Amino acid sequence: MSETLLKVDNLGITFGGLKAVQKVNMYLNRGELVGLIGPNGAGKTTMFNMLTGVYAPTEGSIVFGGKSIAGLDPYKVTRQGISRTFQNIRLFKELSVLDNVKVANHGLAKHNLLSSIFRLPSHFKGEAKMEEESLAFLKIFGLDVYKDELAKNLPYGMQRRLEIARALAAGPKLLLLDEPAAGMNPQETHDLMELIAFIRKEFNLTILLIEHDMHLVMGICERIYVLDHGQLIADGTPAEVRNNPKVIEAYLGEEVTE
Amino acid sequence: MKKSKAFWGYIVLALVIYAVVQVLINSGVLNMYYQNMLITMCINIMLAVSLHIIIGITGQFSIGHAGFMAVGAYLSAIGTMKLELPFVSAIILGAVVAALAGLLVGIPTLRLKGDYLAIATLGFAEIIRIIFVNIEYVGGAAGIQVRHQATWTYAFFAVVITILVIANFTKSRHGRACIAIREDEIAADAMGINTTYYKVIAFAIGSFFAGVAGAIYAHNFYIIQPTTFNFLKSFDILIFVVLGGLGSLSGSVVAAIFLTVVTTYLQGFPETRMIIYSLVLILVMLYRPKGLMGTKEVTDLFKFGKKGGSKA
Repeated sequence: MSETLLKVDNLGITFGGLKAVQKVNMYLNRGELVGLIGPNGAGKTTMFNMLTGVYAPTEGSIVFGGKSIAGLDPYKVTRQGISRTFQNIRLFKELSVLDNVKVANHGLAKHNLLSSIFRLPSHFKGEAKMEEESLAFLKIFGLDVYKDELAKNLPYGMQRRLEIARALAAGPKLLLLDEPAAGMNPQETHDLMELIAFIRKEFNLTILLIEHDMHLVMGICERIYVLDHGQLIADGTPAEVRNNPKVIEAYLGEEVTE
Repeated sequence: MKKSKAFWGYIVLALVIYAVVQVLINSGVLNMYYQNMLITMCINIMLAVSLHIIIGITGQFSIGHAGFMAVGAYLSAIGTMKLELPFVSAIILGAVVAALAGLLVGIPTLRLKGDYLAIATLGFAEIIRIIFVNIEYVGGAAGIQVRHQATWTYAFFAVVITILVIANFTKSRHGRACIAIREDEIAADAMGINTTYYKVIAFAIGSFFAGVAGAIYAHNFYIIQPTTFNFLKSFDILIFVVLGGLGSLSGSVVAAIFLTVVTTYLQGFPETRMIIYSLVLILVMLYRPKGLMGTKEVTDLFKFGKKGGSKA
Protein backbone atom coordinates (compact mmCIF):
# COMPACT_ATOMS: atom_id res chain seq x y z
CA MET A 1 0.00 0.00 0.00
CA SER A 2 1.65 3.18 -1.11
CA GLU A 3 1.32 6.46 0.67
CA THR A 4 -1.43 8.95 -0.14
CA LEU A 5 -0.08 12.22 -1.53
CA LEU A 6 -3.30 14.09 -2.18
CA LYS A 7 -6.63 13.58 -0.54
CA VAL A 8 -9.72 15.50 -1.53
CA ASP A 9 -12.82 15.20 0.62
CA ASN A 10 -16.32 16.33 -0.19
CA LEU A 11 -14.93 19.17 -2.31
CA GLY A 12 -17.35 21.65 -3.82
CA ILE A 13 -17.57 25.16 -5.17
CA THR A 14 -20.51 27.34 -6.10
CA PHE A 15 -20.43 30.43 -8.30
CA GLY A 16 -23.48 32.43 -7.33
CA GLY A 17 -26.22 29.82 -7.51
CA LEU A 18 -24.32 27.50 -9.82
CA LYS A 19 -22.86 24.38 -8.26
CA ALA A 20 -19.86 23.93 -10.53
CA VAL A 21 -18.36 21.06 -8.57
CA GLN A 22 -19.88 19.22 -5.65
CA LYS A 23 -19.08 16.40 -3.25
CA VAL A 24 -15.95 15.23 -4.99
CA ASN A 25 -13.83 12.69 -3.16
CA MET A 26 -10.57 11.60 -4.66
CA TYR A 27 -7.08 10.54 -3.66
CA LEU A 28 -3.75 10.17 -5.38
CA ASN A 29 -1.07 7.81 -4.19
CA ARG A 30 2.56 8.80 -4.53
CA GLY A 31 3.84 7.90 -7.98
CA GLU A 32 0.47 7.30 -9.61
CA LEU A 33 -0.62 8.56 -12.99
CA VAL A 34 -4.31 9.29 -12.80
CA GLY A 35 -6.70 10.63 -15.41
CA LEU A 36 -9.59 13.01 -14.90
CA ILE A 37 -12.10 12.91 -17.72
CA GLY A 38 -15.57 14.14 -18.41
CA PRO A 39 -17.59 15.96 -21.03
CA ASN A 40 -17.16 19.67 -21.69
CA GLY A 41 -18.26 21.78 -18.76
CA ALA A 42 -18.09 18.87 -16.33
CA GLY A 43 -15.89 20.85 -13.95
CA LYS A 44 -12.47 19.33 -14.68
CA THR A 45 -10.60 22.60 -15.01
CA THR A 46 -12.53 23.98 -12.04
CA MET A 47 -11.17 21.03 -10.04
CA PHE A 48 -7.65 21.98 -11.15
CA ASN A 49 -8.27 25.57 -10.21
CA MET A 50 -9.30 24.53 -6.73
CA LEU A 51 -6.35 22.19 -6.33
CA THR A 52 -3.93 24.95 -7.35
CA GLY A 53 -5.52 27.73 -5.30
CA VAL A 54 -6.92 29.81 -8.15
CA TYR A 55 -10.38 29.26 -6.63
CA ALA A 56 -11.04 28.77 -2.94
CA PRO A 57 -13.47 25.84 -2.54
CA THR A 58 -16.74 26.70 -0.79
CA GLU A 59 -16.83 23.33 0.94
CA GLY A 60 -14.69 20.30 1.61
CA SER A 61 -10.98 19.84 2.16
CA ILE A 62 -7.81 19.32 0.15
CA VAL A 63 -4.91 17.71 1.99
CA PHE A 64 -1.59 17.53 0.19
CA GLY A 65 1.34 15.77 1.81
CA GLY A 66 -0.38 15.97 5.19
CA LYS A 67 -1.13 19.69 4.98
CA SER A 68 -4.42 21.38 4.19
CA ILE A 69 -4.03 23.54 1.08
CA ALA A 70 -7.64 24.50 0.38
CA GLY A 71 -7.90 28.23 -0.25
CA LEU A 72 -4.14 28.83 -0.12
CA ASP A 73 -2.75 31.42 -2.59
CA PRO A 74 -1.67 29.82 -5.88
CA TYR A 75 2.01 30.64 -5.42
CA LYS A 76 2.00 29.03 -1.98
CA VAL A 77 0.36 25.90 -3.37
CA THR A 78 3.07 25.77 -6.03
CA ARG A 79 5.76 26.01 -3.37
CA GLN A 80 4.12 23.14 -1.49
CA GLY A 81 4.83 21.08 -4.58
CA ILE A 82 1.85 21.22 -6.94
CA SER A 83 2.52 22.58 -10.38
CA ARG A 84 0.32 22.76 -13.45
CA THR A 85 -0.10 23.46 -17.12
CA PHE A 86 -3.02 25.30 -18.66
CA GLN A 87 -5.68 24.17 -21.09
CA ASN A 88 -5.24 27.31 -23.19
CA ILE A 89 -1.48 27.76 -23.25
CA ARG A 90 -0.32 30.49 -20.90
CA LEU A 91 3.34 31.00 -21.66
CA PHE A 92 5.14 34.27 -21.02
CA LYS A 93 5.03 35.13 -24.71
CA GLU A 94 7.55 37.96 -24.82
CA LEU A 95 10.13 36.08 -22.76
CA SER A 96 12.66 33.71 -24.24
CA VAL A 97 12.11 29.96 -23.94
CA LEU A 98 14.89 29.76 -21.37
CA ASP A 99 13.50 32.65 -19.33
CA ASN A 100 10.08 31.01 -19.26
CA VAL A 101 11.61 28.06 -17.47
CA LYS A 102 13.73 30.30 -15.26
CA VAL A 103 10.62 32.11 -14.05
CA ALA A 104 9.22 28.83 -12.77
CA ASN A 105 12.56 28.01 -11.17
CA HIS A 106 12.21 31.26 -9.20
CA GLY A 107 10.73 29.70 -6.08
CA LEU A 108 13.69 27.35 -5.68
CA ALA A 109 16.34 30.08 -5.91
CA LYS A 110 17.61 31.71 -2.76
CA HIS A 111 19.46 34.91 -3.71
CA ASN A 112 17.52 37.90 -2.45
CA LEU A 113 16.60 41.28 -3.87
CA LEU A 114 19.53 43.22 -2.41
CA SER A 115 22.10 40.70 -3.59
CA SER A 116 20.74 41.15 -7.12
CA ILE A 117 20.66 44.95 -6.98
CA PHE A 118 24.21 45.16 -5.63
CA ARG A 119 25.36 42.20 -7.75
CA LEU A 120 26.79 40.32 -4.78
CA PRO A 121 28.46 36.93 -5.34
CA SER A 122 25.33 35.11 -4.14
CA HIS A 123 23.44 36.68 -7.06
CA PHE A 124 25.84 35.30 -9.65
CA LYS A 125 25.91 31.92 -7.97
CA GLY A 126 22.12 31.78 -7.77
CA GLU A 127 21.59 32.89 -11.36
CA ALA A 128 24.17 30.41 -12.67
CA LYS A 129 22.40 27.60 -10.84
CA MET A 130 19.04 28.68 -12.28
CA GLU A 131 20.51 28.80 -15.76
CA GLU A 132 22.03 25.34 -15.44
CA GLU A 133 18.86 23.75 -14.04
CA SER A 134 16.61 25.44 -16.57
CA LEU A 135 18.79 24.33 -19.46
CA ALA A 136 18.64 20.77 -18.16
CA PHE A 137 14.83 20.86 -18.28
CA LEU A 138 14.88 22.27 -21.79
CA LYS A 139 17.20 19.50 -22.88
CA ILE A 140 14.81 16.79 -21.64
CA PHE A 141 12.07 18.32 -23.77
CA GLY A 142 14.29 18.85 -26.77
CA LEU A 143 13.83 22.59 -26.50
CA ASP A 144 17.41 23.59 -25.76
CA VAL A 145 18.01 24.52 -29.40
CA TYR A 146 15.26 27.13 -29.10
CA LYS A 147 16.45 28.58 -25.81
CA ASP A 148 16.88 32.17 -27.03
CA GLU A 149 13.73 32.18 -29.15
CA LEU A 150 10.73 34.11 -27.85
CA ALA A 151 8.11 31.71 -26.53
CA LYS A 152 5.45 33.14 -28.86
CA ASN A 153 7.50 32.15 -31.90
CA LEU A 154 7.54 28.43 -31.09
CA PRO A 155 5.33 26.06 -33.06
CA TYR A 156 2.21 24.98 -31.21
CA GLY A 157 3.37 21.51 -30.18
CA MET A 158 6.60 22.95 -28.83
CA GLN A 159 4.66 25.51 -26.82
CA ARG A 160 2.77 22.67 -25.16
CA ARG A 161 6.04 20.96 -24.34
CA LEU A 162 7.50 24.18 -22.99
CA GLU A 163 4.53 24.52 -20.66
CA ILE A 164 5.29 21.12 -19.18
CA ALA A 165 9.00 21.93 -18.93
CA ARG A 166 8.10 25.15 -17.14
CA ALA A 167 5.77 23.36 -14.74
CA LEU A 168 8.55 20.87 -13.93
CA ALA A 169 11.03 23.63 -13.21
CA ALA A 170 8.90 24.73 -10.28
CA GLY A 171 9.98 21.51 -8.58
CA PRO A 172 6.64 19.76 -8.12
CA LYS A 173 5.79 16.50 -6.40
CA LEU A 174 2.41 16.52 -8.09
CA LEU A 175 2.03 17.63 -11.68
CA LEU A 176 -1.38 18.64 -13.02
CA LEU A 177 -1.64 18.51 -16.79
CA ASP A 178 -4.68 20.20 -18.32
CA GLU A 179 -5.22 18.68 -21.76
CA PRO A 180 -1.54 18.43 -22.67
CA ALA A 181 -2.29 16.83 -26.04
CA ALA A 182 -5.00 19.26 -27.14
CA GLY A 183 -4.52 20.19 -30.77
CA MET A 184 -1.62 17.81 -31.35
CA ASN A 185 -1.44 15.35 -34.21
CA PRO A 186 -1.24 11.58 -33.49
CA GLN A 187 2.55 11.47 -33.82
CA GLU A 188 2.99 14.40 -31.45
CA THR A 189 0.53 12.82 -29.01
CA HIS A 190 2.46 9.58 -29.09
CA ASP A 191 5.75 11.36 -28.39
CA LEU A 192 4.09 13.28 -25.59
CA MET A 193 2.86 10.09 -23.95
CA GLU A 194 6.37 8.70 -23.92
CA LEU A 195 7.68 11.95 -22.54
CA ILE A 196 5.12 11.99 -19.74
CA ALA A 197 6.01 8.43 -18.83
CA PHE A 198 9.69 9.37 -18.84
CA ILE A 199 9.47 12.47 -16.65
CA ARG A 200 7.25 10.64 -14.23
CA LYS A 201 9.98 8.10 -13.62
CA GLU A 202 12.86 10.54 -13.83
CA PHE A 203 11.41 13.05 -11.36
CA ASN A 204 9.46 10.64 -9.21
CA LEU A 205 6.25 12.47 -10.00
CA THR A 206 2.63 11.90 -9.29
CA ILE A 207 0.56 13.08 -12.24
CA LEU A 208 -3.07 14.03 -12.60
CA LEU A 209 -4.10 14.44 -16.20
CA ILE A 210 -7.14 16.00 -17.78
CA GLU A 211 -7.54 14.79 -21.32
CA HIS A 212 -10.05 14.53 -24.09
CA ASP A 213 -7.96 12.14 -26.11
CA MET A 214 -9.38 8.81 -24.90
CA HIS A 215 -6.56 6.89 -26.49
CA LEU A 216 -4.00 8.76 -24.42
CA VAL A 217 -5.94 8.50 -21.16
CA MET A 218 -6.77 4.81 -21.50
CA GLY A 219 -3.23 4.07 -22.62
CA ILE A 220 -1.18 5.57 -19.83
CA CYS A 221 -3.37 6.18 -16.78
CA GLU A 222 -3.56 3.63 -13.99
CA ARG A 223 -6.80 4.94 -12.61
CA ILE A 224 -9.41 7.29 -13.97
CA TYR A 225 -11.93 9.60 -12.35
CA VAL A 226 -14.94 10.62 -14.37
CA LEU A 227 -16.73 13.90 -13.72
CA ASP A 228 -20.10 14.88 -15.09
CA HIS A 229 -22.11 17.96 -14.15
CA GLY A 230 -19.68 18.67 -11.35
CA GLN A 231 -20.03 15.27 -9.71
CA LEU A 232 -17.88 12.17 -9.75
CA ILE A 233 -19.83 9.48 -11.52
CA ALA A 234 -17.19 6.78 -11.68
CA ASP A 235 -13.65 5.87 -10.83
CA GLY A 236 -11.43 2.87 -11.33
CA THR A 237 -9.03 1.31 -13.79
CA PRO A 238 -9.40 2.23 -17.47
CA ALA A 239 -11.13 -1.08 -18.16
CA GLU A 240 -13.62 -0.59 -15.35
CA VAL A 241 -14.38 2.97 -16.40
CA ARG A 242 -14.76 2.00 -20.03
CA ASN A 243 -17.44 -0.53 -19.15
CA ASN A 244 -19.27 1.58 -16.60
CA PRO A 245 -22.77 2.24 -18.02
CA LYS A 246 -22.95 5.68 -16.38
CA VAL A 247 -19.76 6.73 -18.09
CA ILE A 248 -20.91 5.40 -21.42
CA GLU A 249 -24.10 7.34 -21.07
CA ALA A 250 -22.47 10.57 -19.95
CA TYR A 251 -19.39 10.72 -22.03
CA LEU A 252 -18.01 7.89 -24.06
CA GLY A 253 -21.32 7.16 -25.77
CA GLU A 254 -20.72 6.50 -29.40
CA GLU A 255 -17.02 5.87 -29.12
CA VAL A 256 -17.47 2.64 -27.18
CA THR A 257 -20.39 1.28 -29.20
CA GLU A 258 -18.61 1.58 -32.51
CA MET B 1 32.93 37.01 -16.00
CA LYS B 2 31.56 38.29 -19.28
CA LYS B 3 28.72 40.00 -17.48
CA SER B 4 30.96 41.83 -15.07
CA LYS B 5 33.11 42.93 -18.00
CA ALA B 6 30.07 44.51 -19.64
CA PHE B 7 29.24 46.10 -16.30
CA TRP B 8 32.65 47.79 -16.00
CA GLY B 9 32.32 48.82 -19.63
CA TYR B 10 29.17 50.77 -18.79
CA ILE B 11 30.80 52.32 -15.73
CA VAL B 12 33.73 53.51 -17.86
CA LEU B 13 31.36 54.83 -20.49
CA ALA B 14 29.44 56.75 -17.81
CA LEU B 15 32.65 58.22 -16.39
CA VAL B 16 33.78 59.29 -19.86
CA ILE B 17 30.46 61.04 -20.54
CA TYR B 18 30.71 62.71 -17.15
CA ALA B 19 34.30 63.82 -17.70
CA VAL B 20 33.63 65.22 -21.18
CA VAL B 21 30.64 67.25 -20.01
CA GLN B 22 32.49 68.42 -16.91
CA VAL B 23 35.41 69.63 -19.05
CA LEU B 24 33.00 71.42 -21.38
CA ILE B 25 31.35 73.10 -18.38
CA ASN B 26 34.65 74.15 -16.87
CA SER B 27 35.93 75.53 -20.14
CA GLY B 28 32.74 77.54 -20.50
CA VAL B 29 31.52 75.91 -23.71
CA LEU B 30 28.32 74.86 -21.93
CA ASN B 31 26.76 77.92 -20.36
CA MET B 32 24.10 77.98 -17.64
CA TYR B 33 21.37 77.48 -20.22
CA TYR B 34 22.83 74.19 -21.43
CA GLN B 35 23.79 73.08 -17.94
CA ASN B 36 20.21 73.55 -16.88
CA MET B 37 19.03 71.56 -19.89
CA LEU B 38 21.39 68.74 -18.94
CA ILE B 39 20.13 68.66 -15.36
CA THR B 40 16.52 68.67 -16.56
CA MET B 41 17.44 65.84 -18.90
CA CYS B 42 18.87 63.83 -16.00
CA ILE B 43 15.73 64.45 -13.93
CA ASN B 44 13.52 63.34 -16.81
CA ILE B 45 15.61 60.22 -17.40
CA MET B 46 15.24 59.27 -13.73
CA LEU B 47 11.50 59.83 -13.87
CA ALA B 48 11.16 57.85 -17.08
CA VAL B 49 13.28 54.93 -15.88
CA SER B 50 11.54 54.82 -12.49
CA LEU B 51 8.15 54.65 -14.19
CA HIS B 52 9.51 52.11 -16.68
CA ILE B 53 10.03 49.58 -13.88
CA ILE B 54 6.35 49.92 -12.90
CA ILE B 55 4.70 50.07 -16.34
CA GLY B 56 7.25 48.61 -18.74
CA ILE B 57 8.55 45.78 -16.58
CA THR B 58 5.77 44.89 -14.19
CA GLY B 59 2.91 45.98 -16.46
CA GLN B 60 1.08 47.96 -13.78
CA PHE B 61 -0.47 50.97 -15.44
CA SER B 62 0.25 53.69 -12.89
CA ILE B 63 -0.28 57.30 -13.94
CA GLY B 64 0.33 59.08 -10.66
CA HIS B 65 4.09 59.24 -10.81
CA ALA B 66 4.27 62.99 -10.20
CA GLY B 67 2.82 62.39 -6.75
CA PHE B 68 5.91 60.44 -5.66
CA MET B 69 8.12 63.04 -7.30
CA ALA B 70 6.32 65.63 -5.18
CA VAL B 71 6.98 63.67 -2.01
CA GLY B 72 10.69 63.51 -2.85
CA ALA B 73 10.81 67.20 -3.74
CA TYR B 74 9.02 68.40 -0.62
CA LEU B 75 10.71 66.10 1.86
CA SER B 76 14.16 66.95 0.53
CA ALA B 77 13.28 70.65 0.63
CA ILE B 78 12.18 70.26 4.26
CA GLY B 79 15.47 68.41 4.81
CA THR B 80 17.72 71.16 3.52
CA MET B 81 15.66 74.25 4.42
CA LYS B 82 14.07 73.33 7.76
CA LEU B 83 16.27 70.60 9.18
CA GLU B 84 19.53 71.98 7.73
CA LEU B 85 20.56 68.55 6.45
CA PRO B 86 23.32 68.21 3.85
CA PHE B 87 22.00 67.88 0.29
CA VAL B 88 22.80 64.17 -0.11
CA SER B 89 21.03 63.24 3.14
CA ALA B 90 18.07 65.33 2.04
CA ILE B 91 17.90 63.44 -1.27
CA ILE B 92 17.93 60.14 0.59
CA LEU B 93 15.27 61.40 3.01
CA GLY B 94 13.05 62.44 0.10
CA ALA B 95 13.58 59.15 -1.71
CA VAL B 96 12.91 56.97 1.31
CA VAL B 97 9.71 58.80 2.19
CA ALA B 98 8.63 58.62 -1.47
CA ALA B 99 9.23 54.85 -1.39
CA LEU B 100 7.16 54.61 1.79
CA ALA B 101 4.42 56.61 0.08
CA GLY B 102 4.72 54.13 -2.79
CA LEU B 103 4.20 51.24 -0.39
CA LEU B 104 1.27 52.99 1.24
CA VAL B 105 -0.39 53.63 -2.13
CA GLY B 106 0.71 50.37 -3.72
CA ILE B 107 -0.47 47.87 -1.14
CA PRO B 108 -4.19 48.70 -1.44
CA THR B 109 -4.28 49.77 -5.12
CA LEU B 110 -2.19 47.04 -6.74
CA ARG B 111 -5.07 44.63 -6.32
CA LEU B 112 -6.73 46.61 -9.09
CA LYS B 113 -6.01 46.01 -12.74
CA GLY B 114 -5.70 48.09 -15.88
CA ASP B 115 -7.90 51.16 -16.06
CA TYR B 116 -8.97 50.89 -12.45
CA LEU B 117 -5.39 50.94 -11.22
CA ALA B 118 -4.67 53.93 -13.46
CA ILE B 119 -7.57 55.90 -12.00
CA ALA B 120 -6.65 54.95 -8.43
CA THR B 121 -3.00 55.99 -8.81
CA LEU B 122 -4.04 59.22 -10.49
CA GLY B 123 -6.34 59.90 -7.57
CA PHE B 124 -3.62 59.18 -5.03
CA ALA B 125 -1.19 61.51 -6.77
CA GLU B 126 -3.76 64.29 -6.59
CA ILE B 127 -4.36 63.55 -2.91
CA ILE B 128 -0.63 63.85 -2.24
CA ARG B 129 -0.52 67.16 -4.09
CA ILE B 130 -3.54 68.54 -2.23
CA ILE B 131 -2.05 67.52 1.11
CA PHE B 132 0.96 69.72 0.32
CA VAL B 133 -1.33 72.59 -0.72
CA ASN B 134 -2.91 72.45 2.73
CA ILE B 135 0.19 72.19 4.89
CA GLU B 136 1.29 75.65 6.03
CA TYR B 137 4.64 74.26 7.19
CA VAL B 138 5.68 73.86 3.55
CA GLY B 139 4.16 77.12 2.40
CA GLY B 140 0.77 75.87 1.18
CA ALA B 141 -0.18 76.88 -2.34
CA ALA B 142 2.57 79.50 -2.46
CA GLY B 143 5.22 76.81 -2.21
CA ILE B 144 8.48 76.50 -0.36
CA GLN B 145 11.73 78.30 -1.08
CA VAL B 146 14.70 76.09 -1.80
CA ARG B 147 18.39 76.83 -2.18
CA HIS B 148 19.85 76.03 -5.59
CA GLN B 149 22.14 73.11 -4.83
CA ALA B 150 21.65 70.66 -7.69
CA THR B 151 24.63 70.50 -10.01
CA TRP B 152 25.41 68.45 -13.07
CA THR B 153 27.50 66.14 -10.88
CA TYR B 154 24.64 65.29 -8.49
CA ALA B 155 22.17 64.87 -11.34
CA PHE B 156 24.45 62.68 -13.41
CA PHE B 157 25.44 60.30 -10.64
CA ALA B 158 21.85 60.03 -9.50
CA VAL B 159 20.95 58.93 -13.05
CA VAL B 160 23.78 56.39 -13.16
CA ILE B 161 22.69 54.88 -9.83
CA THR B 162 19.04 54.82 -10.93
CA ILE B 163 19.82 53.04 -14.18
CA LEU B 164 22.24 50.60 -12.53
CA VAL B 165 19.80 49.59 -9.81
CA ILE B 166 16.87 49.19 -12.17
CA ALA B 167 18.90 47.35 -14.82
CA ASN B 168 20.34 45.02 -12.16
CA PHE B 169 16.88 44.42 -10.76
CA THR B 170 15.48 43.65 -14.21
CA LYS B 171 18.23 41.20 -15.10
CA SER B 172 17.73 38.93 -12.11
CA ARG B 173 15.17 36.41 -10.99
CA HIS B 174 13.28 39.28 -9.37
CA GLY B 175 13.01 41.25 -12.59
CA ARG B 176 12.01 38.13 -14.50
CA ALA B 177 9.27 37.56 -11.95
CA CYS B 178 7.98 41.09 -12.64
CA ILE B 179 8.08 40.56 -16.41
CA ALA B 180 6.21 37.28 -15.92
CA ILE B 181 3.51 39.22 -14.07
CA ARG B 182 3.30 41.64 -16.99
CA GLU B 183 3.02 38.78 -19.48
CA ASP B 184 0.48 36.64 -17.62
CA GLU B 185 -0.35 37.20 -14.00
CA ILE B 186 -2.29 33.95 -13.52
CA ALA B 187 0.53 31.87 -14.97
CA ALA B 188 3.13 33.75 -12.91
CA ASP B 189 1.13 33.03 -9.79
CA ALA B 190 0.85 29.36 -10.75
CA MET B 191 4.63 29.18 -11.21
CA GLY B 192 5.20 30.11 -7.58
CA ILE B 193 5.69 33.86 -7.87
CA ASN B 194 4.26 36.01 -5.11
CA THR B 195 2.66 38.48 -7.48
CA THR B 196 1.50 40.97 -4.85
CA TYR B 197 4.98 41.15 -3.33
CA TYR B 198 6.68 41.84 -6.65
CA LYS B 199 4.13 44.40 -7.76
CA VAL B 200 4.58 46.29 -4.51
CA ILE B 201 8.40 45.99 -4.67
CA ALA B 202 8.45 47.36 -8.23
CA PHE B 203 6.15 50.16 -7.17
CA ALA B 204 8.35 51.02 -4.17
CA ILE B 205 11.58 51.02 -6.20
CA GLY B 206 9.90 53.19 -8.85
CA SER B 207 8.65 55.60 -6.19
CA PHE B 208 12.08 55.72 -4.55
CA PHE B 209 13.78 56.95 -7.70
CA ALA B 210 10.89 59.29 -8.53
CA GLY B 211 11.68 60.71 -5.08
CA VAL B 212 15.35 61.14 -6.00
CA ALA B 213 14.32 62.90 -9.21
CA GLY B 214 11.95 65.12 -7.21
CA ALA B 215 14.70 66.01 -4.73
CA ILE B 216 17.07 67.10 -7.48
CA TYR B 217 14.27 68.90 -9.27
CA ALA B 218 13.45 70.86 -6.09
CA HIS B 219 17.05 71.96 -5.65
CA ASN B 220 17.44 72.95 -9.29
CA PHE B 221 14.96 75.79 -8.82
CA TYR B 222 14.52 78.37 -6.11
CA ILE B 223 10.95 77.49 -5.27
CA ILE B 224 8.67 74.48 -5.56
CA GLN B 225 4.89 74.69 -5.69
CA PRO B 226 2.25 71.96 -5.50
CA THR B 227 0.89 72.87 -8.96
CA THR B 228 4.13 71.68 -10.56
CA PHE B 229 3.24 68.12 -9.62
CA ASN B 230 -0.25 67.93 -11.08
CA PHE B 231 -1.51 65.20 -13.35
CA LEU B 232 -0.04 66.87 -16.44
CA LYS B 233 3.41 66.16 -14.98
CA SER B 234 2.40 62.53 -14.51
CA PHE B 235 1.38 62.38 -18.16
CA ASP B 236 4.68 63.90 -19.27
CA ILE B 237 6.47 61.05 -17.53
CA LEU B 238 4.07 58.51 -18.99
CA ILE B 239 4.80 59.89 -22.46
CA PHE B 240 8.54 59.26 -22.00
CA VAL B 241 7.88 55.61 -21.19
CA VAL B 242 5.34 54.98 -23.92
CA LEU B 243 7.25 56.89 -26.57
CA GLY B 244 10.46 55.04 -25.70
CA GLY B 245 8.75 51.67 -26.06
CA LEU B 246 7.05 49.83 -23.22
CA GLY B 247 9.48 47.40 -21.66
CA SER B 248 12.66 49.02 -22.95
CA LEU B 249 14.89 50.76 -20.41
CA SER B 250 17.11 52.35 -23.02
CA GLY B 251 13.96 53.40 -24.88
CA SER B 252 12.81 55.35 -21.82
CA VAL B 253 16.23 57.01 -21.60
CA VAL B 254 16.30 57.87 -25.30
CA ALA B 255 12.75 59.25 -25.22
CA ALA B 256 13.48 61.33 -22.12
CA ILE B 257 16.58 62.84 -23.75
CA PHE B 258 14.79 63.41 -27.05
CA LEU B 259 11.73 65.08 -25.55
CA THR B 260 13.81 67.22 -23.17
CA VAL B 261 15.76 68.55 -26.14
CA VAL B 262 12.57 69.13 -28.13
CA THR B 263 10.91 70.96 -25.21
CA THR B 264 13.98 73.06 -24.51
CA TYR B 265 14.30 74.26 -28.11
CA LEU B 266 10.58 74.86 -28.42
CA GLN B 267 10.74 77.35 -25.56
CA GLY B 268 11.80 79.84 -28.20
CA PHE B 269 8.40 79.51 -29.92
CA PRO B 270 5.86 80.01 -27.14
CA GLU B 271 2.86 80.41 -29.52
CA THR B 272 3.31 77.21 -31.47
CA ARG B 273 5.18 75.18 -28.81
CA MET B 274 2.40 72.79 -27.83
CA ILE B 275 1.32 72.28 -31.44
CA ILE B 276 4.80 71.25 -32.53
CA TYR B 277 5.28 69.08 -29.45
CA SER B 278 2.02 67.26 -30.19
CA LEU B 279 2.99 66.85 -33.83
CA VAL B 280 6.31 65.30 -32.83
CA LEU B 281 4.49 62.82 -30.60
CA ILE B 282 1.99 61.95 -33.32
CA LEU B 283 4.72 61.47 -35.91
CA VAL B 284 6.75 59.22 -33.65
CA MET B 285 3.73 57.09 -32.83
CA LEU B 286 2.78 56.87 -36.53
CA TYR B 287 6.20 55.71 -37.66
CA ARG B 288 7.21 53.81 -34.52
CA PRO B 289 3.91 52.50 -33.14
CA LYS B 290 5.69 50.36 -30.55
CA GLY B 291 7.77 53.30 -29.36
CA LEU B 292 11.23 54.43 -30.36
CA MET B 293 12.92 51.23 -29.22
CA GLY B 294 10.00 48.79 -29.15
CA THR B 295 10.85 46.25 -26.47
CA LYS B 296 14.50 46.12 -27.56
CA GLU B 297 17.44 47.54 -25.65
CA VAL B 298 20.37 49.45 -27.10
CA THR B 299 22.58 46.55 -26.00
CA ASP B 300 20.51 44.11 -28.12
CA LEU B 301 21.85 45.84 -31.22
CA PHE B 302 25.40 44.94 -30.22
CA LYS B 303 24.40 41.40 -29.32
CA PHE B 304 23.09 40.75 -32.79
CA GLY B 305 26.41 41.86 -34.20
CA LYS B 306 28.25 39.48 -31.88
CA LYS B 307 26.02 36.54 -32.73
CA GLY B 308 26.57 37.00 -36.44
CA GLY B 309 30.29 37.26 -35.85
CA SER B 310 30.59 34.03 -33.89
CA LYS B 311 28.57 32.07 -36.43
CA ALA B 312 30.57 33.24 -39.39
